[in-house]
Amino acid sequence: MPFKRYVEIGRVAMMNYGKEYGKLVVIVDVIDQNRALIDAPDMVRGQMNFKRLHLTDIKIDIPRIPKKKSLIAAMEAADVKNKWERSSWGRKLIVQKRRAALNDFDRFKVMLAKIKRAGLIRRELSKLQKETGA
Amino acid sequence: MAAPKTARASRNKELIKGVGRLSRSKVYHNRGLWAIKAKHGGAFPTHKPSEKPTEAKAAEKPPKYYPADDEPRPISRNHKPKPTKLRASITPGTVLILLAGRFMGKRVVFLKQLPSGLLLVTGPFKVNGVPLRRVNQAYVIATSTKIDISDVNVEKFDDKYFTKEAQEKKKKTEGQFFEASKEESKVLPQGKKDNQKTVDSQLIPKIEAVPELKAYLAARFSLRSGMKPHELVF
Repeated sequence: MPFKRYVEIGRVAMMNYGKEYGKLVVIVDVIDQNRALIDAPDMVRGQMNFKRLHLTDIKIDIPRIPKKKSLIAAMEAADVKNKWERSSWGRKLIVQKRRAALNDFDRFKVMLAKIKRAGLIRRELSKLQKETGA
Repeated sequence: MAAPKTARASRNKELIKGVGRLSRSKVYHNRGLWAIKAKHGGAFPTHKPSEKPTEAKAAEKPPKYYPADDEPRPISRNHKPKPTKLRASITPGTVLILLAGRFMGKRVVFLKQLPSGLLLVTGPFKVNGVPLRRVNQAYVIATSTKIDISDVNVEKFDDKYFTKEAQEKKKKTEGQFFEASKEESKVLPQGKKDNQKTVDSQLIPKIEAVPELKAYLAARFSLRSGMKPHELVF
């Protein structure tokens, strides 16, 4: 099965390790077999091992090692933030964060909502079953 | 010279009984009398001695008893215990989860901290069966759910309210031991029941104002599969 996400200049990746876990960065240059030069709007450009990066589907159009301003402009033009938040991976992360931040009372309310929802579904299902059965 | 009216604190902090922070010369310097003397040209300023009324002091008889050995001077103990420091997350009106005891897992409303350091909580009784009760802070998880109880009066509850009544010891004879002992059943005095009702009647409308809060307080907390307490936000 061919690879679909390549390491290239402009590839958006997610930090997989360390203090900046979960942060989106852009590969702006490849240093050697193991390392890339990465940059993000709110960090100082620096090297990172590929093993600490998780490639995403998003790629932006930039020349090799752009200035910070042009990087930010390119990211805005490609609408990286919204693309990420709409992607299934990005959405999953948002849901995970919300679930982790739930309060004990919130968890209780979610439980009640789940039970109610399941009840509604089961009622509809039993109605449909009766129709097909009859 | 007139004696100072208030006993002034020593300028020499006691590190350990008998050992001060400053040496003699440093204490002298610290007191600063040299500065007063210098200001007044080398001599300490004195007031003219006031006319003291001659007091006929009753001649004190020398004591009959002198202790043979030196009496040990007791170590000064002025420590007054403070009530336990209340965790910042526990404020009046917070919903707490009880972790031990008969009401393990119950979610209760925190009212105030008593002078002994224990926390005064109530179910409310009608909601989950927990009465006005004392609970130790260590056996409690504070959630971030809070109710406004600023207008609920809990002034009259203190530790004495909750202590057991001292029972008169009844001497049992042999015959009484073998009798079917009709112990007086412990009935809660009506006054305490009324107190419970007044406090709860103030709390329940506030609880019912928040959707699903009453059901939340009625349910018990338990850990389910996959719940990691150190990662849970309460």
